[in-house]
Amino acid sequence: MQILEGVKDPEVPVLSVVELGVVRNVAFEKEQVVIQITPTYSGCPALKVMQDEIVSALKENGFPDVRVDIVYAPAWTTDWIGDAAREKLRRYGIAPPQANAADEIVNISSGSRPVPCPMCNSLDTQVQSQFGSTACKALHLCRSCKQPFEHFKVF
Amino acid sequence: MTNPLLMKESALFDYLLRLGDDRLVLGHRLSEWCGHAPILEEDIALANIALDCVGHASMLLKLAGQVEGRRRTEDDLAYFREAIAFRNVKLVEQPNGDFARTIARQFLFDAYSLPLYEELASSSHPVLAAISAKILKEVRYHWRHSSEWVCRLGDGTQESHARMQSALDELWTFTAELFESDDIESLLHKAGVVPLGSSLKPRWDELLRRVLSTATLTVPTANQFMLGGSRQGRHSEHLGHILSEMQILARSYPGASW
Repeated sequence: MQILEGVKDPEVPVLSVVELGVVRNVAFEKEQVVIQITPTYSGCPALKVMQDEIVSALKENGFPDVRVDIVYAPAWTTDWIGDAAREKLRRYGIAPPQANAADEIVNISSGSRPVPCPMCNSLDTQVQSQFGSTACKALHLCRSCKQPFEHFKVF
Repeated sequence: MTNPLLMKESALFDYLLRLGDDRLVLGHRLSEWCGHAPILEEDIALANIALDCVGHASMLLKLAGQVEGRRRTEDDLAYFREAIAFRNVKLVEQPNGDFARTIARQFLFDAYSLPLYEELASSSHPVLAAISAKILKEVRYHWRHSSEWVCRLGDGTQESHARMQSALDELWTFTAELFESDDIESLLHKAGVVPLGSSLKPRWDELLRRVLSTATLTVPTANQFMLGGSRQGRHSEHLGHILSEMQILARSYPGASW
């Protein structure tokens, strides 16, 4: 687990694959380390990179025989990102996901809670687009400090 | 004489191709907007949705290959099948047209995908259920995006309203086959693996009615001529063109990697 803490999400490099909730299980099958990971978003191109980095991190630390399995259930949710990791995100300038991904109702207007600005904490912010530079983030604008920022979407 | 397709494994293989091909072709179509969308945010949004769709296709076709048992990978199925072997609906292969048409296509398809994956998430096939639960979460995001645009364009200017309405009217002919049932589907339905297409229709109707009334748009008339047969490999001329573009690299340089 400690070794895996050193493997960062290539797109959000402040979080490790463990903090992100991507690593689901670590087990030994005889000499082989078997690690289960789950994709964040289905199309996330970072998954392959994480897979490769997990293998090479373990190799460097004396575990030459590693297998990484991809599992789909239960489906990944931002609820698995802990409080410490959320704080890291905020300090990095990405607004963390709010508490619960309580399956958002299929609504016409998104009319959800305002996302606090990670720079000045103002709640006077607006969504620019539900889709950002990576699949997991949305674009927001803070009307107080006039800064655009990214929000790690509740999912 | 026994129809070999009535055997459960091959039925499931065929059904997974339907699901996977729908998302593969739609994802590829959406990716054509990359660098061309009307505004930057929308360029990013469409590219994101395209990426999700291709990701879904990859999971579904991988499972299809495993079910088939002939060692075909998701890439083999995506790149080395002819148009006639594709099982996607004609709706998703239709060209992007103007922005309203792309949104209309997405909207009509998302409204179908929502009830479909809600049902598939409780499939008796555990892997299909797991993949479907994953896809459902993303489909909800796509639906929110497409239905918001339908409202904005429908309830926007005279021009955007007219374009949105005519896009819906033009694509309407492709919608009936989304809910067509056949032997393959009923066989799998009896085993608790998949829902019947016809059972998804009431929810689709309701989703459409709700959004279109907010958008001040009209549900197209039901008595139009409706096209069918895609699930048996009968496609419009557009599929061959999109596949030739999508498959050329893999076919010219088999096994290429970078």
